[in-house]
Amino acid sequence: MKSRLMTLLMSVALVFGVSLLANATPVDTYQFKNEANQKHAMELARSLRCPQCQNQDIVDSNSPVAKDLRMEVYQMVDAGKSDKEIIAFMTSRYGDFVLYKPRLDSKTYILWLGPVLLLLFGGLIAFIFIRRQRTSVAAEEISAEDQQKLAELLKRQ
Amino acid sequence: MKKLVLFIPLVLFVVLGVFLYKGLYLNPKELDSALEGRPVPDFKLEKLEDSSVVITNHDLKGQVYMMNVWGTWCPSCKYEHPYLMKISRQNVIPIYGINYRDDRDLAVQELNRQGDPYSLNIFDHDGRLGLDLGVYGAPESFLVDHNGIIRFRYAGPIDMRVWQETLFPMIQQLKQEAIEGKAS
Repeated sequence: MKSRLMTLLMSVALVFGVSLLANATPVDTYQFKNEANQKHAMELARSLRCPQCQNQDIVDSNSPVAKDLRMEVYQMVDAGKSDKEIIAFMTSRYGDFVLYKPRLDSKTYILWLGPVLLLLFGGLIAFIFIRRQRTSVAAEEISAEDQQKLAELLKRQ
Repeated sequence: MKKLVLFIPLVLFVVLGVFLYKGLYLNPKELDSALEGRPVPDFKLEKLEDSSVVITNHDLKGQVYMMNVWGTWCPSCKYEHPYLMKISRQNVIPIYGINYRDDRDLAVQELNRQGDPYSLNIFDHDGRLGLDLGVYGAPESFLVDHNGIIRFRYAGPIDMRVWQETLFPMIQQLKQEAIEGKAS
């Protein structure tokens, strides 16, 4: 029994170990001016999508394009460029596609506002439904005849 | 009237269903180029065959042309190569090669061996022009009009189908525009 538990624990440990390795991101030899810049640049780069391997951000991806793009982000952050400038640089070349978080404009209104509208719509329907049910229940009052029947039934017991 | 209202959810469901069903057949790899409608980015790069010759975007301007991003490391470029040779023999449009992230000697060797469809080859060793063009993989081809504006980007290897159905009609149109533009 004990050895079985041991095997289980070992295999769990092995699986975790392997998956941790698989999650390792490519390491670049880029020297930031300071730690704050590094933190900020990494954060920004993580919000940009690699155009080549579409489900990875540019920090995560091994593709040459992603490497170029993250180097560009690192250098621009070190050069003191604002986030807005860096994002404009990226989208002017690769389109809005590179942004993981879509911008709010006429093309994406349905994306951003759709869920809110659906929620309001559903809420409205639920509200109407519940109100209607409540009024219909209240309307059903017991008639005098039924009242008498009920009293007789209760007496029998 | 009341019964009709009950159908609203069904209608909504069907509309959403059709929308999502269509989405299943879209190719997520086909990205719109952000460069279409914008001028060719400024660059100043060496000629592939001769490092003493410097080429800028102004040298290319003035006619309808095609830019083709390629590299010796790129298998799809090898697939596309015979078609480019064919196109260049037909003399329809000048093709300017952008040798992207490549080794100069290897690239020149390859052109000597396989044939050179390019009127001119620009050596983009560190991929800066590629980055400015929003290139995310080779091969990619750009059609540029007589004003130096990028009008169309095709990502992927050119073959006869793409050429006949998409690129060639587009080139004809751009050339027509160039003639009209010069006449007026």
